[in-house]
Formats: sequence, structure tokens, C-alpha cells
Amino acid sequence: MTVQSQAEPSAGLLAASCAVPIVESERILLGHGSGGQLSAELLREVIVPALGAAARTGAMEDGALIHVDGHDLVMSTDSFVVNPRFFPGGDIGSLAVHGTINDLAMMGALPVALTLALVIEEGFPIDELRAICESVGRAAVAAGVPVVTGDTKVVGRGDADGLFINTTGLGRRLPAASPSAAQARVGDVIVLSGPIGLHGTTVMSTRAGLGFESDIASDSQPLHRLVEAMVDLAGSAIHVMRDPTRGGLASALNEIAQASGVQICLEESAVPIPPTVAAACEILGLDPLHVANEGCLVAIVAPEVVDALLAVMQTLPEGSGACAIGAVIDATVARVVMSTLVGSRRIVDMLIGEQLPRIC
Amino acid sequence: MKYVAEYRDPILAKQLLAEINTAVTKPWSLMEVCGGQTHTIVRQGIDDLLPAGLRMVHGPGCPVCVTPLELIDKACAIAARPDVIFTSYGDMLRVPGSQTDLLALKARGSDVRTVYSPMDSVRVAIDNPDRQVVFFAVGFETTAPANAMAVMQAKELGLRNFSVLVSHVLVPPAMTAILDDPECGIDAFLAAGHVCAVMGWREYEPIAEQYRVPIIVTGFEPLDLLEGILMAVRQLESGRATVENQYIRAVQRMGNEHAQSAIRRVFAITDRTWRGVGSIPESGLMLAPEYADFDAATRFEVSGIVTAENPACIAGDILRGVKVPTDCTAYGTLCTPRMPLGAPMVSSEGTCAAFYNAGRGRPALALTATAGSR
Repeated sequence: MTVQSQAEPSAGLLAASCAVPIVESERILLGHGSGGQLSAELLREVIVPALGAAARTGAMEDGALIHVDGHDLVMSTDSFVVNPRFFPGGDIGSLAVHGTINDLAMMGALPVALTLALVIEEGFPIDELRAICESVGRAAVAAGVPVVTGDTKVVGRGDADGLFINTTGLGRRLPAASPSAAQARVGDVIVLSGPIGLHGTTVMSTRAGLGFESDIASDSQPLHRLVEAMVDLAGSAIHVMRDPTRGGLASALNEIAQASGVQICLEESAVPIPPTVAAACEILGLDPLHVANEGCLVAIVAPEVVDALLAVMQTLPEGSGACAIGAVIDATVARVVMSTLVGSRRIVDMLIGEQLPRIC
Repeated sequence: MKYVAEYRDPILAKQLLAEINTAVTKPWSLMEVCGGQTHTIVRQGIDDLLPAGLRMVHGPGCPVCVTPLELIDKACAIAARPDVIFTSYGDMLRVPGSQTDLLALKARGSDVRTVYSPMDSVRVAIDNPDRQVVFFAVGFETTAPANAMAVMQAKELGLRNFSVLVSHVLVPPAMTAILDDPECGIDAFLAAGHVCAVMGWREYEPIAEQYRVPIIVTGFEPLDLLEGILMAVRQLESGRATVENQYIRAVQRMGNEHAQSAIRRVFAITDRTWRGVGSIPESGLMLAPEYADFDAATRFEVSGIVTAENPACIAGDILRGVKVPTDCTAYGTLCTPRMPLGAPMVSSEGTCAAFYNAGRGRPALALTATAGSR
């Protein structure tokens, strides 16, 4: 039975009996930027159609693969609007470098060059701007990628909230790499590079003043060296790579399940959630699977390479917590499920809009 | 995590399930009162593991779900005023009123803020002396003490720009209303552990006795719920009907008397309309006369807003435990967490949302949102 045929007969009934909400369809909600279902809707229904023939079709990836004179180049762009701008484990500057490098890396590419564009609000402290740009510089040097061009705009007081940063990255794809969101296959294993939930929980608890700040830090870090080591070992046996940023692990895996048309099953007991993240999520009423990460990746790989791949990942600091968390179980339905601790099974859905903390 | 991981142990869970299986000889219907318990049961798939005939009925204990439509409309009317900063717990923001919701108002320029505690709201009032700050005081006995403290603090500080829109509800009158319903098929209750942490369980003793129904004060972790279910089944199978406490690490018979005295000081008991259920006598809290100045409904003259609840909405039957979400024709199709038609689909504690998020009875098609997007 299709959704349409179920929906039609009850539409009139409901309009009469239930308070049908006026769903906001004319204005942007904060949830449209959450990386969940609302973000997907905005792309699908507004942005991509408006671009018309200019929009490239195909699976939505972290970056775009471009063939130029026999070279496989990758481009990705990301804007950073984090509040607070400084948080344990990083700041908006280092995040702007790591975020774009990681989007390139998830395409199997090493970074070649970065751009840096700043939108600054009138009245912004120059000392803070300097500190943030120094952080950009340190992060770029540490990652071995130059900042080659940039742009600076200043807007009137109140026209932006402090500082927004955009970085665009150009990368060169490793010859042995060919990951794509559409390549997950039945029997593949889900590999995670480390614990989840650290970045989002750190930012949210810093914002809410929960007092976890001393015990928790963002995982923000570049992942291209880890990806290089993984690709060197396993090459095309790495079918998919994603960094589960906004929307968390649940949204990243749902996107993969949709793009590949497969059912993914996670083992709840195998997903590494640090105790402080678990505690903060309990207090805030959030699901760690929906919380943003900035320094871990999820890979979907052929089963025969898993053991060797995990061993290689664990030799690098950014992959020291690497583990297998589940498998692609069949292609009957495109979704993500989880084997729960008590031995039952539930569906793991994408985040819808904003994460809304529960009352109690 | 200390005091949490211990209550999620898979081996102990299987042992408890085996004991429940052994104990059950007849079909029974148990109602877990609190939305937090529903969340755990559905999320962990506990009800799927119970023996055939042992049925979990999901109760009215989601504060977001039972807040009447009329109050959401009042909240929206207040939040739309340019002089107001409207503060609320996060999951009230997406509840549909009859015209709009608070998140949509925010997108259209209203100053709507999520807070984690009513005390944060008092702080916002101190920091914004030229604005009126309103807190949406909803919830059961669990949230009432903190909300009472916020009002007491605002009075002590002489804050003229702080007020609360109150829609507090009380658990015991809702339980008796469910038991008095001729359609009620509930054999035992798992009482809400955190409500009892505040109130104790004395007020449940006469209910257990009068209605001959076992009441087990139960926690929220998987092992808590399994143990609560086992205790209820053992009472039912042996013909007993008393109040027992499973949640001993948090609940004492007398409850938290400081919290109770804060509630008694700031609030008075009143009749309350429960969304989808209707009016239940003496089932809610309103501001006591001494604190009536802090009533946002009076201050902003929204008392005149009247929005009728339509009794045909299945949300009422779900909140009373008479129907489950999958009985609803709109469930998962017209009504999803993305576009909720009724309140139980909004909060993750709501029965419909808990069902939906766990993928209950939902066509796989409903999942085909889109391929990835960044």
C-alpha cells in the first residue's frame, strides 16, 4: 500500500477532528540547518530545483568529484556558524579547517588547498579575530594544507552574529580510493573510527552552562591521514565513508542506507559512547546517535578487510578507538535498525529538525 | 555511566524476562504511566519480548501531550507580543496549536527561547529588565517544584517582568479517571518513578486498595521496567493489590517534603483539562492567590482565548490507553514527527512519536525521505 492511498481517505476526517497545524512552509526554521530531514527537504524541494540544469545529479556526497585533464579532483565547501566560538577542544577557526578537510577525506581525497572567507559583524573585537585566524593557521599547518585565497566582508552591527567563516577545499583523490554513499552492499561491515557525540555534547553543554566543560572536549580533528592509511590498506574495499557531523551517526547511516538501498543493523552494545556524552545526553534528553561529531568517520567496508583495517586504524591517534558497530544485513528495505541491549530491535531514524531537549 | 549502565545489563535483562515468562499464567494489561517509561519500553523493544498475553498499555504521562490546545494557543498569543521573551522547555516548542506553533513564531521574529530550567528564565528576566519574560510551566509533579522555586525567587527579587503560564497536571487523579472509565482494561500500574521521588507513594495506597489494582513505583531504565513488570505480574498472579516500590534508589514513601512544601506554597489544586481526555476534577495546579500576580494568562489577558478540544481525536483514546497509535489511520502517513497532527507525535516521550521513532507498524515507504544531503 502506498502512502498516498492511505493518506487520502483520512484527510477529510482529520481536518474535521484534529487540530491540524499550519506547518510553516514560507520561512526558514532553524531546523532547516540541522542536517536532518528538514535540511534534506530544503535541498530537494527548493535549492536543487531552483538551480535547474546547473545542478549536478547523482548521490549527494560530502564533496564533488571533478575530472580535470586525467586528474581526479575533489571540491567541498562548508560554512561555520558555531556558538560559542571557543569551546573545549577547539574553536570556530580550527573547526573550519577540519570540517572541510574531512569532507574532502570522505571522498578519498587528500587536501591540496583551502580558501578562507570571513563575514564579520561591525564591532567584532580584533583580538578575537586574530586569535581565530591564528587557530585557522595552526590547524592548516598541522594538516599540511595551505590557505591559498580568501575574502573578508564586514556587515553592520546586528546584521550577523559576530563571525561566520566559510572554507572551500580542493583535494586530490587517492588513486586507489572510490568511496560513494551508493556503494554499501549486503554483507558489508560498519566501521567507526572512534567514540561518538563528543563535539555536539561539548558545544551544547558549554552553551547551556551545564558544567561538563572540564570533563569533555570536542573531537574536532583532521581525518585525511587516517583515510590515507585506510585506503593504502583496503583501497576499493572501502565502499562508503562519511563523517557523521550534523545529524549525527543516525543521519549519516540513514543517508547511506537510502543512497545504497540497503538495510543497516547496528549493535547498540558496540557503539562507543563516552560516559560523559551519555550523561550529558541523559540530562539534555538527547539521543547520542543524533549528536554532531567533527573528528570521527564511519566506513562501510567489505567483510574480508575488516580485521586488518581496524588494526591499521588503531595505530593512528585519530583511529585509536576504531571498532566494528554493525553490518549491512539485506537489501529488502532502505533503513537503519539497531539490536537493543535487551535483545530486541528498533528503527534508528534521521533527526527531523532541531534537537529539542525533553522536559523531564 | 554510574547508576545507569548497571540498569541496562543485557544478561540481567534476559534473566528478568525469563522470570516474567515463568510468572505469567494469565493475560494481563499493565499501564506504564509516564512518557519516559514509554520511551524506554518502545526504544528498547521491551514489550516485544514479553510473553503473549502480557500487554503494555501506554499511559497519559507525557506532559507535552496532555497540555490542552487552548493553552498552546495562549502561549502563542503571548509569544507573538513584541514586548515578550517567551521561554520554554524545548519539546513544547513544536506542539501544534490551532493556528501556529512556537518555533514558527520564532522564525517570524518572536523572541522564543529554549531553557533547561525555570531558573534560567528568571535569569533572563533579570538580564532584560525592559522586557516581559514568560516561562511555560508545564509538566507533572516532577517539574512543579522547580517551577515553584522560580516563582518564589522572582517574588523575593521583586521581579515585575517575570510570569508563568501554568498548566501543571497531577498523576493520581488521572489514574482514577482511567480506572473509572468503563472501557478501562488496566490490571496494574507502573507508577512514574520521578513523580513519586517528589510526592512519595502515600496517595497511591488508597487507589490500590479501592480499585484492587497493584501499583508498582518504577524507574526508567530497561532493568527498572522489567523488574516493575515482574513485581506487578507477581502481585496479579497471587491476587494481591498493594503499592510496591521498585525504584528504591530514588523514591521514599514520604517523597521529598521540601519539594512538596514548595509546591503547596506556590500552587493550589484546580480542575484541569487534559488534551484529548477532557476535564478531570482537581487534577491540576494553578498559582495560589499569594502568587497570582505572576500568572501570565492574566497579565497578558489571554484568559479569553477558548479553543475547543475535539473529542473525536484519537489522541484521547491513546492517552487513556484504549487505543494504540497503529490503530490511527493518520499514523505514519498524515501524522509524523515531521508534521505532527496531535501532541503525542511531538515529544519523543509521546506514545505516537515513541512508536514512530522505533519504527512500529510503519510502512518502509515512510522512510524514503531522500538520499543524502549536506
